Amino acid sequence: MTDLTKLTLVESVKHVKEKKCSAEELVDAYVKRIEKSDKLNCFNTKDLENAVSKAKKIDTNKKLDKALVGAPIAVKDLFCTKGLKTTASSKILSNFIPTYESTVTEKLWNEDAILIGKLNSDEFAMGSSNETSSFGNVLNPYRLNNENLVPGGSSGGCASAVAADLTSATVGTDTGGSIRQPAAFTGIVGLKPTYGRCSRWGIVAFASSLDQAGPMTKDVKDAALMLDVISGYDEKDSTSANKPKSSFLNSIKSNIKGLKVGVPKEYRVDNMPKEVDDLWQEGIKILKDNGAIIKDISLPHTKYALPTYYIIAPAEASSNLARYDGVRYGFRAEGKDLTEMYENTRSKGFGAEVKRRIMIGTYVLSSGYYDAYYLKAQKVRNLIKVDFDNAYKDVDVILTPTTPTPAFKFGENTDDPIAMYLNDIFTVTANLAGLPAISLPIKYNKDGLPLALQLFGKSFDEQTLLNTAYSIEQQVNFKSQVKDWWM
Amino acid sequence: MSDKEFNYYISGETGKWEVVIGLEVHAQVSSNAKLFSTSATKFGSEPNSQVSLIDAAMPGMLPVINKFCVEQAVRTGLGLKAKINLLSVFDRKNYFYADLPQGYQISQFKHPIVGEGEVILDMPYGTKKIGIERLHLEQDAGKSLHDQDPTKTFIDLNRSGVALMEIVSKPDLRSPEEVAEYIKKLRSIMRYLGTCDGNMEEGSLRADVNVSVRKIGSKDFGTRCEIKNVNSIKFMQQAIQFEAKRQVDLLEEGKKIDQETRLFDTKKNETRQMRSKEDAHDYRYFPDPDLPPLKFDQSFVDEIKQKLPELPDDKKERLIKDYKLSSYEAGVLISDKDTSDYFEDIAKNSDVKLAINWVIGDLFAALNKIGKSIKESPISSKNLAKLIDLIKNNTISGRIAKEVFELMINDNRDPKVIVEEKGLIQESNVGELEKIIEKVLKDNTDKVAEYKSGKDKLFGFFVGSVIKESKGKANPALVNDILKKKLS
Repeated sequence: MTDLTKLTLVESVKHVKEKKCSAEELVDAYVKRIEKSDKLNCFNTKDLENAVSKAKKIDTNKKLDKALVGAPIAVKDLFCTKGLKTTASSKILSNFIPTYESTVTEKLWNEDAILIGKLNSDEFAMGSSNETSSFGNVLNPYRLNNENLVPGGSSGGCASAVAADLTSATVGTDTGGSIRQPAAFTGIVGLKPTYGRCSRWGIVAFASSLDQAGPMTKDVKDAALMLDVISGYDEKDSTSANKPKSSFLNSIKSNIKGLKVGVPKEYRVDNMPKEVDDLWQEGIKILKDNGAIIKDISLPHTKYALPTYYIIAPAEASSNLARYDGVRYGFRAEGKDLTEMYENTRSKGFGAEVKRRIMIGTYVLSSGYYDAYYLKAQKVRNLIKVDFDNAYKDVDVILTPTTPTPAFKFGENTDDPIAMYLNDIFTVTANLAGLPAISLPIKYNKDGLPLALQLFGKSFDEQTLLNTAYSIEQQVNFKSQVKDWWM
Repeated sequence: MSDKEFNYYISGETGKWEVVIGLEVHAQVSSNAKLFSTSATKFGSEPNSQVSLIDAAMPGMLPVINKFCVEQAVRTGLGLKAKINLLSVFDRKNYFYADLPQGYQISQFKHPIVGEGEVILDMPYGTKKIGIERLHLEQDAGKSLHDQDPTKTFIDLNRSGVALMEIVSKPDLRSPEEVAEYIKKLRSIMRYLGTCDGNMEEGSLRADVNVSVRKIGSKDFGTRCEIKNVNSIKFMQQAIQFEAKRQVDLLEEGKKIDQETRLFDTKKNETRQMRSKEDAHDYRYFPDPDLPPLKFDQSFVDEIKQKLPELPDDKKERLIKDYKLSSYEAGVLISDKDTSDYFEDIAKNSDVKLAINWVIGDLFAALNKIGKSIKESPISSKNLAKLIDLIKNNTISGRIAKEVFELMINDNRDPKVIVEEKGLIQESNVGELEKIIEKVLKDNTDKVAEYKSGKDKLFGFFVGSVIKESKGKANPALVNDILKKKLS
């Protein structure tokens, strides 16, 4: 019998729809794997028993016609799930059980997907290696000479879970690269949609103007299917966009003849490893072979993107995280008065990276510094948007590497926040400009680690992005080389 | 008379000081739902019974603007003859407090929904224009209850997220009296518009009072102190009096005023420091990334403008013109929309002079006595109109009318019914009156003689006796006429 966990999401759903397997069988296959995979530490919370009973119930349905019928899906532990602990991988929310369901996950369950658990991440999605989680490191299913590697972050648990076949697909969140960078590190597809494409309602907020939920999947078609389900206008989110949409999956095509692809020179950074540069050239060649027209473009403000991001994101975070004060829910450490209770709660409840960002954010918004930091960053952010607007007059998509390096070892960057922040150098621009971007695995390097390319699309043109990625995917024929060493 | 001229100055050792006052009024928007959530806003409900996930700032919750509150702010702006900003921005004002669930208040800092406007005051020394600096929308905080438990503070979030309009005046006010008039006028405008019930006891209207002093003739402003959250006109006046005096005393001692936030102790009738400038919060305002800028077009404003009710100033002018009222009478009526509505109900079809006298005379006195507003008046405008008609057509005398009025206060009965039941219809039959008069003159032959010998003042005695003999029913005008003839 085929190993059901090796199927893509599209295939899994087809299996259930065509009764090649029952939803219960599908869920069981994942449950068995999950139970043998604790070592990877992907899950903050498992919900396996409920998943099995939901699957049984779905199997009794007369019609098995929902878009995700029977698909077992674990989600990043940033999505509020009704009745199931939602921690944001933090201590301060370690005991928090929402009474409500996020819009994005609600849409999954409405299509008969089955929740199997909540996935580990960096604390409040702040990190690029999943090392800031208060529930411990997540291991990358790929290793370097038998040494463990980070899965990337912040959606590290999501990335490892998809790569290790512990979930048929997942949703992560991407504020500066938190979907794409871990996707790149684990050889999976990660799509950050256009800002406003998916509702933020019910997602623990990190930086409101940058946060966007998106699919992390085994292949491009799965990403299209997931985006079909999770996107859409939500009146509960004032920043969600009311855009008409057709099915991304049904419209997907690999013919990209005449597509204009931009290659921005500013992304050729100093000290970029040769393997990454070669990868980029390879991507250019594939696109050319597929009939695309390659154009050199300039995004002149790219070098300011990272500092801009590290002002705006912490500024918003410092305010968004003020609600975790020990008063109404979550962790509380008592004190002799209100101020001391706040101090105790927040010093003990938040980890070092979160505190660092709250402090940076508080600083850049402070009176006397606001103009020099926050306001200036907003202006630069706008210039970065204008860069893309100008580029998109000539091109349809933009091709870059996703990350400057493949997955790295634990502790490699933890002493140097700036080095860690450099992981986001190619990804943050999409968030600052609100644009869609996808990371796509291309090949393995000489050490057997996945390498990935990134495509940026025009605002609300995820279709072209998916088509381009699909066209590359068919050429490169990237196959998982995960070896189940942890079992 | 001295009150015809402005004369509120603080006399110090070194001369007279002028008091400069500006108000930041917080007016709760009349709306069934909160500014960014659909929770109810009813006053006095069970604690924490009107709290949505958004109001409690649960993780992942997002604000969605309540369109009705936006309309209310625009309506108020139009009532203040102010500039309406088609684009405004919501900012976060960040600070920690137990009854502020989000850890920030959503407010409007740099780009308010309403810009400059004005309020006209009727002072004894003439009209005075008070400038409005701006009006912006913001959320209210919850309430900390410190008196429920010896060691704990309880939090009630019913008020959390309720829409407020902060109306900031220019520093144009110069006395506690002007402040009182300003608050009353502002409240009256908002009540006419239906945008704020102005109920100060329930906290729907409260103000931060900025006070500074300067020597008469000086053009520069002194250093101001802000007295936070004063919730009655009386307290505002007391606080200003105390604070102005305090500042004058300090300055005359050669000390300087520290810009600071103070609070008014209503029991001790004094202001005291709440926090100094050094302790002032750094609110770290920045545009709320959860809310796009608030944009609407002129047609949205025009539509509201078209449906605007008549406002106090316009109404006053019209009352003077249509009913030939004095400025004072019209002023009294329009200060409260319910009063002027009540008056107009009567005056439309009945005698205007009687209507104004009865409303601002007997009715006001009676309501005052029983502590009710005109809206709760036990006598309906319809029945008071009937009473006035009975006087006008000579069915009853003014004196009887007062008796009937007293009865109506108790049960709001139709005055016609009361008059008929009690047989109070005025006696205007000359024959009947002559009979009574004959009797009175016969009983008082001595007084008649005195009158005839020149003691004219006794005429009143005869009239009174006749009225009394008729049990008040005799038509006084006829009695006069007949008596004059009989005694001549």
